[in-house]
Amino acid sequence: MARACTEPYLNSNKLHFGAFGAIQVTSRLEIADKDLFDPMAVPADFTFDETDGQRTVVLSGDWTARGLFDTAGRLAEALMGTDGVCLDLSKVNRCDTAGAYAIIRAADGRKSAGVIKARKETLRLLELVGNAIQVEPEVKPRPKGFYALLERIGRGMFDLAKDGYGTLVFLGHLLTAIGRCTADPRRIRWAPIISLAERAGLDAIPIVATTTFFIGAVVALLGANMLIDFGAQVYSVELIGVSVLREFNILITAILLAGRSASSFAAEIGSMKMNQEIDAMQVMGVDPYEALVLPRFAALLLTIPLLTFIATLAGLAGGMLVVWVVLDLSPGFFLQRIVENVGATHFWIGMSKAPVMAMVIAAIGCRQGMEVGNDVESLGRRVTAAVVHAIFAIILIDAVFALLYMELDL
Amino acid sequence: MTVVAQPSAPPHETDDEARPIVIEGLVSRFGETVIHDGLDLTVQRGEVLGLVGGSGSGKSVLLNSIIGLKTPDEGTVKLFGHDMRTADRRRWSSVERRWGVLFQQGALFSNLTVRENVAAPLFEHTRLPKREIEELADLKIALSGLPARAAALKPAELSGGMRKRAGLARALALDPELLFLDEPTAGLDPIGAAAFDELIKDLSDSLDLTVFMITHDLDSLYAITDRVAVIADKKVVALAPVRELEHSDHPWIKEYFLGPRGRSAGGKTAPAQTTPTRTS
Repeated sequence: MARACTEPYLNSNKLHFGAFGAIQVTSRLEIADKDLFDPMAVPADFTFDETDGQRTVVLSGDWTARGLFDTAGRLAEALMGTDGVCLDLSKVNRCDTAGAYAIIRAADGRKSAGVIKARKETLRLLELVGNAIQVEPEVKPRPKGFYALLERIGRGMFDLAKDGYGTLVFLGHLLTAIGRCTADPRRIRWAPIISLAERAGLDAIPIVATTTFFIGAVVALLGANMLIDFGAQVYSVELIGVSVLREFNILITAILLAGRSASSFAAEIGSMKMNQEIDAMQVMGVDPYEALVLPRFAALLLTIPLLTFIATLAGLAGGMLVVWVVLDLSPGFFLQRIVENVGATHFWIGMSKAPVMAMVIAAIGCRQGMEVGNDVESLGRRVTAAVVHAIFAIILIDAVFALLYMELDL
Repeated sequence: MTVVAQPSAPPHETDDEARPIVIEGLVSRFGETVIHDGLDLTVQRGEVLGLVGGSGSGKSVLLNSIIGLKTPDEGTVKLFGHDMRTADRRRWSSVERRWGVLFQQGALFSNLTVRENVAAPLFEHTRLPKREIEELADLKIALSGLPARAAALKPAELSGGMRKRAGLARALALDPELLFLDEPTAGLDPIGAAAFDELIKDLSDSLDLTVFMITHDLDSLYAITDRVAVIADKKVVALAPVRELEHSDHPWIKEYFLGPRGRSAGGKTAPAQTTPTRTS
């Protein structure tokens, strides 16, 4: 070799193929995927060179992640079980950690070590990568099969129990906060209650009204179409009245608010938690339940009954319009029939669910927000959970109410 | 100003005499991982105490245990002679009024302006008129070295250094006796960090603050701390002025103070290193 191994070697882009009339053993280039080929990279390659009875592998090209195709495997195969082969890396164009790793792995297959000739920086890189490989990664034995199944079930049960416990803790905190605020009304924070009521209630009026308007209209259309076969189309007024007053007003309002407010409560409180704002609050001697959860509770308790009332009016208006246009029943007749045949009971049944729904939506939103950890993923998960749990709870509670009022013959 | 010697101390330890922080036998656990195992630490009045330790050694957990964000699993943490778990609410609330905390990222309330942030503790704990509170907040903002125009900005509009200063202004809002700083100079450029150090030093001298500071910044340790507590092996392994720690035998402390960074911060010349000579 003309160059000493430690000599600083000027990086040249030219390749020195077969400088010593070497015995070309392998090295066929196959680039499987043209898209992967980096036009700037010279593919990594190697040749065997035999001078003075000393076998040397001369590496060339770019031993980089992008220049390395199947060369690493071929080199490892060629070196497997050989005896004291020297490696000459002085012709390597560029070498990165991937290339160094490939070279070291291939060299490990040899029976005995030979000399490595390389530029100083390449040697340094090899040393660096070599040291890193020697650190055995800590492998946690993963349970398999039936055992893994049991473990997952166990963890699931444990998480469920923890979640239940967390809910109880949350409720406890909330109740003590409510207790403290009733004992000392000066603690109630009116400013955030008003601003939240505006954001969660007032701003939701258009969407709630429009949605229930169309629901009322759809129920009217369906009822009219079905009942006209029996000549009982006039009963679609009762159908609209009962379904809107009793179910749709509160259900639509609650589901819309679950999507609108439960998610925003969870996201707001969660991001405050991530930013340590809740910690800062606690350290300042402010109870986050008093400052964040209670105002949201109060805001929904104030606005959901009002929104439900608006939803009722909008739903009836939708039904009334359809009945008027399709069945030619006048609004006056519609309203009279509602008052006489449907009555106020159904209205009060619908309204009675509103405060319960409000509490459930606020509690689920705030609770999920409080559970947010320190990562972005948990924020997303908790916001989703807030909406899904809230909607689930709304449907469940509605079913319970339906059973309850049925038993009461209402 | 003349200092008149106080008459003999009353027999029982009052709030004012009690040492700001006394930790005895603190054990902290997360699941099966033990973070602290019988940790003891006492902070004296008026000192600036630096807390150092490797990553994951439980510095932040210790801070959280002291300020009540984490309940100790065993042992006691007393602030001005009160244990959070046994003190009644009124008592504890009075203790809370005597400290200020600067969190690592500032933890400013993101929906409030800087002025409202600084004013928040005053609104919580005092019955001062609104105008006065705002003036006091502006004063604190100026004290912490922020320009006046920053008062009307939201935290998101501030740079990292300004956010720290705003956090400090909020921590100082109630004129605390005890100031907790969680890596106050982390993420600041060297000039900003030095200025922040200077600010803390000035404030602690002039306001007679006791400062408990978690830091990795060796320059800060040398510049402003009176004593340094070192957490290693789940305990406080050393508690001494920084110059004394340089002579410690503990391997971690040795590494910490005698590594290249420690030496340059301590103003010592590094021993002559053999410079690699290039052979050709």
